[in-house]
Amino acid sequence: MTTAAVKVPTFDCRKAFAEELIALAREDDRIVAVCNDSVGSSNLTGFRDEFPDRLINVGIAEQDLVGVGAGLANGGMIPFVSAASPFLTGRALEQIKADVAYSRAKVVLCGQSPGMAYGELGPTHHSIEDLSWMRAVADLPIVVPADPAQTRAAVRWAAANDGPSFLRIGRHPVPAVHPEGTEFVPGKAIRLTDGDDLAVVATGTMVSRALEAAEILRAEGIGLRVLNVAYVEPLDTDAVLQAASGTRGVITAEEATTTGGLGAAVATLLAENAPTRMRILGIHREFAPTGSTDFLLDHFGLSTAGIVAAARELA
Amino acid sequence: MSTLTADPVPAGAYNSARRERAAADPASLVPALQELARKVRTSDIRMINRAQLGHIGGDFSVTDILATLYGAVLSVDPLDPAAPERDRFILSKGHSAGALYSTLAHCGFFPLSELNTFAQPLSALNGHPNRVKVPGVETNTGPLGHGFPVAVGHALAAKLQGSSRRTFVVMGDGELQEGSNWEAAMTASHYALENLTAVVDRNRLQQGARTEDTKQLEPLADKWAAFGFEVRTVDGHDITQLLQAFSGSTTGKPVAVIADTIKGKGVSFIEDRVEWHHKVPTAQQVEDALKELNQ
Repeated sequence: MTTAAVKVPTFDCRKAFAEELIALAREDDRIVAVCNDSVGSSNLTGFRDEFPDRLINVGIAEQDLVGVGAGLANGGMIPFVSAASPFLTGRALEQIKADVAYSRAKVVLCGQSPGMAYGELGPTHHSIEDLSWMRAVADLPIVVPADPAQTRAAVRWAAANDGPSFLRIGRHPVPAVHPEGTEFVPGKAIRLTDGDDLAVVATGTMVSRALEAAEILRAEGIGLRVLNVAYVEPLDTDAVLQAASGTRGVITAEEATTTGGLGAAVATLLAENAPTRMRILGIHREFAPTGSTDFLLDHFGLSTAGIVAAARELA
Repeated sequence: MSTLTADPVPAGAYNSARRERAAADPASLVPALQELARKVRTSDIRMINRAQLGHIGGDFSVTDILATLYGAVLSVDPLDPAAPERDRFILSKGHSAGALYSTLAHCGFFPLSELNTFAQPLSALNGHPNRVKVPGVETNTGPLGHGFPVAVGHALAAKLQGSSRRTFVVMGDGELQEGSNWEAAMTASHYALENLTAVVDRNRLQQGARTEDTKQLEPLADKWAAFGFEVRTVDGHDITQLLQAFSGSTTGKPVAVIADTIKGKGVSFIEDRVEWHHKVPTAQQVEDALKELNQ
């Protein structure tokens, strides 16, 4: 249920991911794509066509996928290890911990189609635990771009970063939030609106919805400060503390379980430093019913209307 | 202290020219490699007793394999352990860290005195190997079923780079019950990684019981062959046979070496006993063991 008056164009971030990866591969022959029979769903067909030798497909084998990625990284390549996020993070969680993060292998883990992207395919395919699981692993930066421009910037950053990273690449179409050519600054949240009644700390698909909510609430005289926290881990604690001190309450919004994700990170920070009234939007330890992505996001209060409702409650 | 650096290589401890001799006249190397293995076992059992922690059974079953690899096969430089063109070795059965640490120290990767710190607070020598802290370690192992996929990635990287460097991985036989190994075996075969040698330390014991009583592995050679490997079965304590087995692929396929070993090899009261998987020897048992090792 979107209330935007004008229909804005939307984009699949996987496309931006794939285009930027190909551009990078043209510049640097260390770049390899590693996938698990997900050439199509990871949008790597173009990469395979241009760099057939540098597309490693290990088949339906996620533990092998991540281990092979770690070996490629330690062997001097820059692997983008790509798979549907529930399987990449869930089936290979220990490989991500031991072979990648603890071994400091420069692997870019690309969790594709996270959250409710696979709507009707059901909870086995919904990737709502991935943020919590990845947050629990030490020394693993987590990046959740909000739109195509930020996806491109994040891909560039991850390739240049000295160490591993986890990119959560959305499939559900989103409007452009940032201009093309935007830079990805690690460790920094981006303040998108300047309201000082309430703050919305949002990530990924929820950022554009938070902006729509801010529009609606402005008409009601409620000023919403929207923070895009693409760099989920480590969290930009300064930006979040400023948002809390500059407003009367903080709403977090993520297309993920609230157990251990962005909301939990913000709540922990604020509880220890600046106790603040909060609403934590996400999925509260519940398997989803059958439905499309949009239906499920509405169902769990992760629509624009859901953010508006939470804000009215807190205002 | 978190990261080790190497002292100058002790005289005679490491000699890269051995690799050429290994090819030309392997028999001439056997006494030196046996002596290296004896030293590794001696340091290891002392280290385990000092730390009151370790896996002596699996350490001693893999020692001759490690001594052969580091003493005569691997192209590695203890003074430049991260040289890009080095051969890669991964000990997937990471609980045998003691044998690996002792081998690396005797080959000059770090001072022998560091073995005294094994498992002590803030030592680089954790109970399981860490590549960030210990020179010569290529990936962090411990949980089983991890090393082989990483080795496959290393071998793939070498191929993509047109490099002739080789990758070796040692797995425990019980470890083969982890499915990730067979995922990796399929990948190695599919990509025809002839630069990869997978070694199975076939000591027939795992933590709780004999492998064949837990979840049978036989016919093991047939399994590897069916997965597309050139298979070599050898006595894992016979250095001549090991040198031959590590000589490289003759068929363009990845190589699987099934090394028949005895858990606890070299000390009669430890050999082939399940309880010595992670039992710690007493001071008296160390003395008795050293007598046997030094015979």
